[in-house]
Amino acid sequence: MDKRKAIYVPFAQTVPLKYTIDRKACIYFKSIDAGKKGKCNACAKFCENDAIDFEQKETILDLNVGSVIMAPGFQAFDPSKVEAYHYTDFKNVVSSMDFERILAATGPTGGHLVRPSDKEEPKSIAWFQCVGSRDVNRCDNAYCSSVCCMYAVKEAMIAMEHAHNPLDAAIFYMDMRTYGKDFEKYYNRAKDDMGMRFIRCRVHSVEENEDKSLKIRYVDEQGNIKFENFDMIVLSVGIESSATAIELGNKMGIELDKYNFAKTSDFTPVATSKPGIYVAGCFQGPKDIPYSVMEASAAAAAASVDLAPARGQLKKIKEFPPERDVSAEETRMGVFVCNCGINIGAVVNVHEVAEYAKTLSNVAYVQENLFSCSQDAQEQLAEMIKEHNLNRVVVAACSPRTHEPLFQETMSNAGINKHLFEMANIRDQDSWVHSADHDAATEKAKDLVAMGVAKANLRVALEPIEVPLTKSTMVLGGGPAGMTAALTIADQGFKVYLVEKKDVLGGHGLKMRKTFSGEPVKPYLDDIVKRVNDHENIEVYLGAELKMVSGFIGNFHTDLTTGASFDHGTVVIAMGADSTKVKEYLYGENPNVIKWFDLDKKIEEDPDSIKQAKCAVAIHCVGSREPDRPYCSKICCTHAVENAIDLKEINPDLDVYMLYRDIRTYGRLEELYQKARSMGILFIRYDLDSKPKVEEVDGKLQVTVTDHILGRPIVLSPDFITLYTAIAPKGTEEIANMLKVTLNQEKFFLEAHMKLRPVEFSTDGMFVCGIAHYPKPLDECIAQAQAAASRAVTVLAQDKVIIEPIVAAFIDKEACRGCGLCVALCPYGALDLEDTAEGRKVQLISASCKGCGICAATCYRHAISINAFNDNQIEAQMHAFLNK
Amino acid sequence: MASGKDVVGSVLIAGGGIVGMQAALDLADSGFYVHLVERAPGIGGIMAQLDKTFPTNECAM
Repeated sequence: MDKRKAIYVPFAQTVPLKYTIDRKACIYFKSIDAGKKGKCNACAKFCENDAIDFEQKETILDLNVGSVIMAPGFQAFDPSKVEAYHYTDFKNVVSSMDFERILAATGPTGGHLVRPSDKEEPKSIAWFQCVGSRDVNRCDNAYCSSVCCMYAVKEAMIAMEHAHNPLDAAIFYMDMRTYGKDFEKYYNRAKDDMGMRFIRCRVHSVEENEDKSLKIRYVDEQGNIKFENFDMIVLSVGIESSATAIELGNKMGIELDKYNFAKTSDFTPVATSKPGIYVAGCFQGPKDIPYSVMEASAAAAAASVDLAPARGQLKKIKEFPPERDVSAEETRMGVFVCNCGINIGAVVNVHEVAEYAKTLSNVAYVQENLFSCSQDAQEQLAEMIKEHNLNRVVVAACSPRTHEPLFQETMSNAGINKHLFEMANIRDQDSWVHSADHDAATEKAKDLVAMGVAKANLRVALEPIEVPLTKSTMVLGGGPAGMTAALTIADQGFKVYLVEKKDVLGGHGLKMRKTFSGEPVKPYLDDIVKRVNDHENIEVYLGAELKMVSGFIGNFHTDLTTGASFDHGTVVIAMGADSTKVKEYLYGENPNVIKWFDLDKKIEEDPDSIKQAKCAVAIHCVGSREPDRPYCSKICCTHAVENAIDLKEINPDLDVYMLYRDIRTYGRLEELYQKARSMGILFIRYDLDSKPKVEEVDGKLQVTVTDHILGRPIVLSPDFITLYTAIAPKGTEEIANMLKVTLNQEKFFLEAHMKLRPVEFSTDGMFVCGIAHYPKPLDECIAQAQAAASRAVTVLAQDKVIIEPIVAAFIDKEACRGCGLCVALCPYGALDLEDTAEGRKVQLISASCKGCGICAATCYRHAISINAFNDNQIEAQMHAFLNK
Repeated sequence: MASGKDVVGSVLIAGGGIVGMQAALDLADSGFYVHLVERAPGIGGIMAQLDKTFPTNECAM
């Protein structure tokens, strides 16, 4: 979208941060590739470090590996294939990937929302959904790309935030597929709080007006032809496999499906057709970031099971030089002030800050960097520590949240304890938030550097805390997710204690007939139950619940209600969820109003009743997407469509009506929806404010629903009605309290980070999978269970647990009176009371401590403090700020 | 289960996007050697091109 030179850095934070040559644009290579002698050579002449080597050739490496994971990702659909939208002809028609770059601070417009034709801020933007998805006319992508609805809402939301004037953001869609965890709430916020417009239709065509704005033509739901003008149009392009990914798949000899995604079974969602080769991410099928990350861990688990006997065989341990004892040395501080490209440098006068740093006490060396985090700057930092005999370092840069570990590692490389390092946050807390006032931002940067130096002066060396590790796991829940997690861990040689509340293993799997791709569940379930029961490393406790769980990562102890007890190092929660109670649509009053699993049973056990029936009705979203349960239960749409197809196959004359709000058959599940429509199953959409009415008239069921096309009520007389009821967690509060883990508003377990840590809790050693996390189909439950197992194994594979020493510590144990205030407030269970010879005192459980500081702030006796954040250090920072 | 001599304790990962990186970290942390192969000159994949992400609208970098 913007011009760059033939020699470039892909983006500012690239790892490794090195320049690369674009062969197609380089004058030298262009002449070589044309069969002539290479000309130009300017870069080689001017490079002081002789870093240009035109002679580099492709080399073939022969690697002997135990397993392969394919993660080639996806390519965005090329929207120029949809001619009616004129992506290539009209400047103000952009793709959603282009729009991401327009919004990004590092993008071609520097993060300013402007339309490409005249660099003016647009007043109205339209998003067109399903470009290259759910479309067999203009491309062959019949599937739903799963992510576009959400990213369009996100882009529109960010655009509205960026815009200086009110922005009319309109999303033209077919079904709003906000089916994931917390997706629906985001959609509601966009619609109800921000005033984003949602128009249900596929836009027919686009024309360009004289002022380069765009006139669109569409047919609304009532069948009226409409025209509207927009300043910009964003095409929400779908996900597809790239030619190189397909080529790679073919080379590896794995089977691809008809859309060129890797073929997998619902029971082994990350295994390709070839043993030992696994797949994760969008090459497995279109999916969002959390599920991609989860699958990555699942694929790692699958490989890890295969290779378990060779664990550690090729492991390399990074060795650091011995640490220099600096406790007796005079303080010699190095200060490194970073430009962060232009992120800091364009706002803060970095040179002035560096000059100021030279005036601070104990500062022996000051340096300015373009990117302090780059590899060469790191190496230089280590060199400067040695050259100037530094024993404290302050880096004034981005944020410790992302970069502190990197700088600390460099400290270790230079033989200095990593806790003698301090960071001044002059980007996130300064240049980014005060970009309009350069002078004030520079003054603030000086303050932050002075405060960092003041604290670093009082920093002391700290040693990591080591605690022993029990190499076993407790898995809570014996459904498909729990059993998969148990087997994945046990197969790698670790002990598993599997706790199930019921007297039988299998969970909801026992009620399932088949997976969404039609694979029968019973043989799979019988097999996995047998494997769990026979496994030498798995102990199964049936009819058992948790009575008490104590301890911390590596060292848990659990007592069960059955009297059994055991020690374990990690916990996997797979306790499932349940369908909810229904109080509407005559459920419980008329025996022909049934729930979805009742219909499964009917199909299986009483097909004759279906053959004799004339009309069947299904009501979607019963209890889901309602004000008191504002989420989508994710699997009901597909289950309903699957059941409807079965009904129609048993009795082709049966009239089958689906009363729905949006059909959310995401990914390849869209095929089932298309099949259902082609079989003559009728879909009638209803709104939350005009829900279907179910009555009993003359002893027969009668359903009245307003048809969204006719705008008139339709009356149906079904033989039976199936309610697709919401899925909700059950009993999670008690377990969350006992294990000190978090829940979201709807009482599903809440992961540490929605995208990057999707199966773990912020409490160490605890993992989650299955529908206790959020409703999801069986294949996703299995992948998530493998992922949770993978994360648990990263703990169990170590010899001990190593904990960062930034934890609560006694500074004056005598002062502690055992009042217990801190114990009651600690959110991590890291404090306890114990009776000692000196009376009741607080006991510190460092392994559970997160260093949040609540205890230190609470202690009126000043008995407790946090290592690296003690009162003296904080006071010194305040003095540095006030006395400047 | 095969003995340690029969299997090689290393994994090849094709793709250095968010998926390849996460798989590599899990395996390396579990005691395996990882060869991470990426076509582009840097790792990060498509997520590095995104601006902000749902649900906190936090920077994708």
